[in-house]
Amino acid sequence: MKTVEEIKAAIEAAVPGAGVEIVPNPSASAQHSLRLNPAHAVAIAKFLRDDAELALDFLSNVTGVDWPDKEIAEKVKVTRTVTRTVDGVEQTIEETVEETRTRVEPGCLEAVYHLFSVAKKHGPVVLRMRTVNRSTQLELPSVTPIWRSAEFQEREIFDLYGIVFAGHPDLRRLLMWDGFKDHPMRRDYVEPDDFEYEPTAHDEVLARAAAHRAEHSGQEAAAGQERTGGQ
Amino acid sequence: MAVDEGLKIELGKQGVFVTTIEELYNWGRRSSIWPMQFGLACCAIEMIATTMARYDLARFGAEVFRPSPRQADMMIISGTVTKKMAPQVVRLYNQMAEPKYVIAMGACAISGGPFKQGYNVLKGIDRYIPVDVHIPGCPPRPEALLQAFMTLQKKIDAQHLTGAGRPRHLDAEAQGEFPVPVQGEHDLEPASNPGIWTVPVVIR
Repeated sequence: MKTVEEIKAAIEAAVPGAGVEIVPNPSASAQHSLRLNPAHAVAIAKFLRDDAELALDFLSNVTGVDWPDKEIAEKVKVTRTVTRTVDGVEQTIEETVEETRTRVEPGCLEAVYHLFSVAKKHGPVVLRMRTVNRSTQLELPSVTPIWRSAEFQEREIFDLYGIVFAGHPDLRRLLMWDGFKDHPMRRDYVEPDDFEYEPTAHDEVLARAAAHRAEHSGQEAAAGQERTGGQ
Repeated sequence: MAVDEGLKIELGKQGVFVTTIEELYNWGRRSSIWPMQFGLACCAIEMIATTMARYDLARFGAEVFRPSPRQADMMIISGTVTKKMAPQVVRLYNQMAEPKYVIAMGACAISGGPFKQGYNVLKGIDRYIPVDVHIPGCPPRPEALLQAFMTLQKKIDAQHLTGAGRPRHLDAEAQGEFPVPVQGEHDLEPASNPGIWTVPVVIR
């Protein structure tokens, strides 16, 4: 099979302005992936499937990744002018101070596609696409019209991560019910507080159960509940 | 009124069969418990194995799995009850005719099992419907399901038709329908039916 560099070159020759980016995988598997520009994704997908040499006719897996907003703290050297009294004389000196600044790197949602070729017996080719952010612009193009097997998996990502696939024929929640509001696979998902007790509790579970108890203590006292242990 | 065992045997020798209405009624109830034909997860595979020749559930009069809740006497909750499925399970239970029984089969059905700490699995079906027999195991072996049947039969046999502990269908005051939980924005609402389930007391 072609290497990722060769595939990138082939894509860029076939789809002008595709702007494919190689995402290296430093592990032993060296399974590098290609990050696509969502604007050209459908054309690229069509090329990958129909190209005689690549013939990636089988989409085996689609999955999502949540990249939360990252707060980065950096130390920056800042030079500033300070007025100070030295030996009874007021002087203006330049001083270099180290300062810690934090900036927020915006996160995004990512869809990852694994492609194989049944005809050529090769693969996988890994494709990635990122949304602009993870709150308002969640749209990515759907590849369901090209590989039908993406249909349910894109629905699952829509359900659990909240990526909206434009061009999907039937974009509804797959696992959770229609009225459900959250996206459970996101890193900042808060689970419903329906956790009353755990017979074999350990640290984190114990903390959760204690929090639930503190919040619902009034109701349970009314229900005549008495707990003898727990901590 | 119980019949004296010795007298019963003596009369039996003379060709006279003596019983009580209660005994006869309970014998009829316990000897043909028809389960509802539905399975929720891997426990259902063990339930199917129980009905087959090797374990032969027919010995207990429970081989007729009915595809309609109207014709079923018992519900075997065989597997994981997800929050998406829970309202349908409660609704099916409500549609069954009295007298009706529930066996919660396996770790998931009784407590949520390995998925207890997940967001999407109900932490035990006994939060919404009354369960007669709980079977632990993941999944329980067919022998465990047979044991549960025998336990249920003993329970039915021991019931009195009058008085405080009488079966629900003979008690005009008893609640026969259980509220179906609503799928809310974040969780099922309510999270449990406080009338039949309260938080167990943990003793350490």
